[in-house]
Amino acid sequence: MTALRILVPVKRVIDYAVKPRVNPTQTAIITAGVKHSLNPFDEISVEEAVRLRERHTKSPSASNPKVEEIIAFTVGPPKSMDVLKTAMAMGADRSIFVEVPEGEQPESLGVAKLLAKIVDRENISLVLAGKQSIDSDAHCVGGMLGGFLGWGFAGQASKISFEESGACTVEKEVDGGTEVVKGSLPMVITADLRLNEPRYASLQNIMKAKKKRVDKLTPEELGVDLRRRLVTKKVVEPAARKGGGKVSDVDGMIQRLRELGAI
Amino acid sequence: MVLRLGSSTLCLKQQRLRSLASLASSNARLISCRSVSALAVLELKDGKLVQSSLSAVSAAHKLGSSITGFIAGSNISEPSKEAAKIRGIQKIITIENDSYDKGLPENFAPLLVSNIRKGGYTHIFAGHTTFGKSLMPRVAALLDVAQISDITAIDNENTFVRPVYAGNAIATIESSDEIKVITTRATAFPPAEYEAEGSKVLIENGVDPNSNSPVKWVSENLAKLDRPSLATASKVVSGGRGLKSKEEFDRVILPLADAFGAAVGASRAAVDSGYADNSLQVGQTGQVVAPQLYFCVGISGAIQHLAGMKDSKVIAAVNKDADAPIFQVADVGLVGDLFDTVPELTEKLGK
Repeated sequence: MTALRILVPVKRVIDYAVKPRVNPTQTAIITAGVKHSLNPFDEISVEEAVRLRERHTKSPSASNPKVEEIIAFTVGPPKSMDVLKTAMAMGADRSIFVEVPEGEQPESLGVAKLLAKIVDRENISLVLAGKQSIDSDAHCVGGMLGGFLGWGFAGQASKISFEESGACTVEKEVDGGTEVVKGSLPMVITADLRLNEPRYASLQNIMKAKKKRVDKLTPEELGVDLRRRLVTKKVVEPAARKGGGKVSDVDGMIQRLRELGAI
Repeated sequence: MVLRLGSSTLCLKQQRLRSLASLASSNARLISCRSVSALAVLELKDGKLVQSSLSAVSAAHKLGSSITGFIAGSNISEPSKEAAKIRGIQKIITIENDSYDKGLPENFAPLLVSNIRKGGYTHIFAGHTTFGKSLMPRVAALLDVAQISDITAIDNENTFVRPVYAGNAIATIESSDEIKVITTRATAFPPAEYEAEGSKVLIENGVDPNSNSPVKWVSENLAKLDRPSLATASKVVSGGRGLKSKEEFDRVILPLADAFGAAVGASRAAVDSGYADNSLQVGQTGQVVAPQLYFCVGISGAIQHLAGMKDSKVIAAVNKDADAPIFQVADVGLVGDLFDTVPELTEKLGK
């Protein structure tokens, strides 16, 4: 089979360990001065792409196809360059960056349209995306991209294997267990948490990543209209729970659960 | 005018509930209501409708519009009859074809889109399940519309409420698309009820483009459970890293769950350590539950986990660390060694 050309879309998000705060005007989440990092699910998809390459290097075969190139992609404000550097330090060969003004993160539909254009330009045969970003929690880009390209889609992957030339077998996390599907390449696959454990970039690789190529493109050059269809009218904190009602022993626990009508 | 009156009666109840201030705005709503027409995609599992589909129907019902149910697959006459009894459903579109049994988005999405175009629906609802999450974005792309994912409330036909940032913020979103593709959070909408008589419901054959799928279903491995299912249980007992091993998880958690008549859940830490199957994981990356009682054992309360359970009616926690964040959300907490307190609790509940 022909070698894989892999596209990994990545997104800069508020770090998963940070508790997001709503701004005083209730229009958005406060992002200024807050620690950001690579979306955890995208870290997993980058890792998988790099592992596919390493599998071929160790033992080339139809089930370990050659990875010709791994291209990281992001769309976002100027600081999003950080996550491309991280992806390249993990092993992506080069990056494509569509820069938009601060505060204008496009929605899933626009991102999927940009990706469809990149897939065409770069002759991509496999898109490995994260299943969702942990800020918008929309879970849409991978599925939409499959639709725009007319490609097969396997979401929430926990295992990816190539048993024969041109065919990809994916174990997916589904409600109540797992499911296995088999698709012919090209394909879009989204990574679930259990697909792998992402590596840390070594200092040496971080230095090397600085020299890797980043192509900048605009939405206009790609012919994509990023105007939003969904407008956020209001953002509020969820109703706070008031905890703290502690009991001293098991009998107290049972009594309190009865009072609360829970048992 | 007659037409307008006929279809507007559906909106009247909704209006009364909202108690709109001015006559002008209520007129505006009447007119916009007329064009609303909802399609609810009904998901099947082993020939039965899944619970989250009933919640999706409830969500559609909030628009005060007519609701059409959509069922595709083989042997669908029984589930179609069942669906005909769901309160709020006026019509059911069925497509009998075993190509759709596994809900593969590659052929199910074109099928759905053909029927959406034919029926002129404005709002497409499905549960935010694996099936909905896989199918609906592809449908949205084919229709060139944005998707509104995992909604928990509906303000009006254009405006929806959904949690973002793992439930740490609640966003109100307005859509400008002609067709709204929506997935609904099952725990946010009570499942639609069944009526004794469903005979007035029209069951109609849909159009079947019969597209090929480049992806084939191979096999599945679903956890067999003899306890209530996690997503729909009224009580959940959930174990975390504090259980220390799979043996201890099974020894401590399972009897307590049985004493409560509860489903079993687990934190991501417990799943990653191999104490419990990953289908039991509650949290942002697992299942979102909202039972009457959520009982946490040996769970610290990371935001990842809280995102999956903080809408529970009553939260109870046992943890040896008095400063564990779980106690900030728990309605009742017990500080102590779970290996002593939980067996005692199990025994006392059994009496």
